[in-house]
Amino acid sequence: MSRSPILRINNLSYAYEDKHVLENIDLEIYPGNFVGLVGPNGSGKTTLIKIILGLLPHKQGTVDLFHTPIHKFKDWNRIGFVSQKANSFNSEFPATVYEVVSMGLTAKVGYFRFFNKQHARKIKKAIDTVGMTDYINQNVGNLSGGQQQRVFIARAIVSEPDFLILDEPTVGVDAENVQRFYEMLRDLNKTKGMTLLLVTHDTGTMTSYATDIACLNKHIHFHGDSHTFTQMDQEDYSKMYGHDVHVVKHDH
Amino acid sequence: MISSFFQYEFLQNAFITAVLVGFIAPLLGTFVVVRRLSLIADALSHVTLSGIAFGLMLDKKLGGFVISPFYTGMGFSVLGSIFIEQLRGVYKSYQELAIPIILSGGVGLSVIFISLADGFNTDLFSYLFGSVSAVSRQDLWMILVVSLVVTVLVIVFYKELFMLSFDEEHAVTSGIHAKRIHFLFIVLTALVIAASIRIVGVLLVSALMTLPVAASIRIAKGFKQTILYSIIFGEFSVMTGIITGYYFEIPPGGTIVVTAIIILLITLAFKKIKHLSRLQKVTT
Repeated sequence: MSRSPILRINNLSYAYEDKHVLENIDLEIYPGNFVGLVGPNGSGKTTLIKIILGLLPHKQGTVDLFHTPIHKFKDWNRIGFVSQKANSFNSEFPATVYEVVSMGLTAKVGYFRFFNKQHARKIKKAIDTVGMTDYINQNVGNLSGGQQQRVFIARAIVSEPDFLILDEPTVGVDAENVQRFYEMLRDLNKTKGMTLLLVTHDTGTMTSYATDIACLNKHIHFHGDSHTFTQMDQEDYSKMYGHDVHVVKHDH
Repeated sequence: MISSFFQYEFLQNAFITAVLVGFIAPLLGTFVVVRRLSLIADALSHVTLSGIAFGLMLDKKLGGFVISPFYTGMGFSVLGSIFIEQLRGVYKSYQELAIPIILSGGVGLSVIFISLADGFNTDLFSYLFGSVSAVSRQDLWMILVVSLVVTVLVIVFYKELFMLSFDEEHAVTSGIHAKRIHFLFIVLTALVIAASIRIVGVLLVSALMTLPVAASIRIAKGFKQTILYSIIFGEFSVMTGIITGYYFEIPPGGTIVVTAIIILLITLAFKKIKHLSRLQKVTT
């Protein structure tokens, strides 16, 4: 690929006191990629995401976002983030879908300024993109887990980020909706050209949607296109996960 | 009452103050409730009481009108709110611990000051349960200023306050100054409590901030609607309190709270009936 990467991680290592969580990580993500970052529980996925989001300062290695070292990066508007915790919010909080999505613009609009008609249009468009227009005036607490997750995606994309990071977004979403959820992500990636980094421990469904896969377990064990990944055999997976695993493949 | 309203200044003071308090208490109360800080209102109202007791004591000891207990109450309330924030920072995993510390501190100081001021008197009674007759024109002006300041600041910082209430982590990662906004919020809460005490009284002020919201949250769609219904319920309760207080010569605080509870029960019943009728529709 000739274009320069949105995210470039070079030789990154990280340890919590004596416990090494990440070792010599190299990872590049290019514009238009839909990268699935997979790995078992405790493989350092969330730590890596925290470092990429600038929430956790690292000592070894380099992390560049849009060609800027992470500690100097200021342009957070270009990055959208859907956290694992997003669907564990207070479900009795009285906020409509519209109100929740509007929060994605709060920081961008800035202090002492109010939402205007243009912002309202953007909010409605983001809600439409995730297919939630019918629920625009419903309280989010009354929606299903899958619908709530769509609302949080809308909140993350309303500021039109170039790079969207999702940390285990399908936890607590039923199987049928997981499929629809991935279809929506593929749409965002293909039609809007949004670069996606999706973190999950579920390799099954995701491989048929992502363009690239990176496998993490302290080290990056595999990074390549998703087709090659699905061709790997049982032994490779087991080596990667450090124990026997059963991989469910979804062929389309 | 209408002819008396034009005749008596005290009634005008009480009535206008009630309208203002019925607006700002549920307005701020909505944020207080959704942030699960209802008990902080209670703690702050007791700190306000200690401030009022301090003012009454000064009045007694120094003789004459030095400074209105209403102002010392407001000062203590704001200081108390800042102290609560400090304590919440100290006990990060036990943030609710700040509440009993401040509450008991407030009551303790109140007891000392009240005793030094030679015990209970009618003035203190009116601060505890609210009063129709005790609001002076000067108090009214102060409450008007507080109401304006609070309303303007809530409008200006609405989107940040809302975001912080919904999801603090998200607010911080998107670059909102959570600490500063929270500080603003807690000081505004302290001001609202001090301003409301004239009408509802120390012991019941937190009820005026939370009960209308508790009713509203059951039936409203969205946050703005929750605020709107809370204010409507708050105004209705306060008006009922003032009118009955005037006719039956009882402190308005009690009636305000009882009215708010009745509204709450009605909304709960309404919700239940709606739910049952929907079930019936499904089964038939």
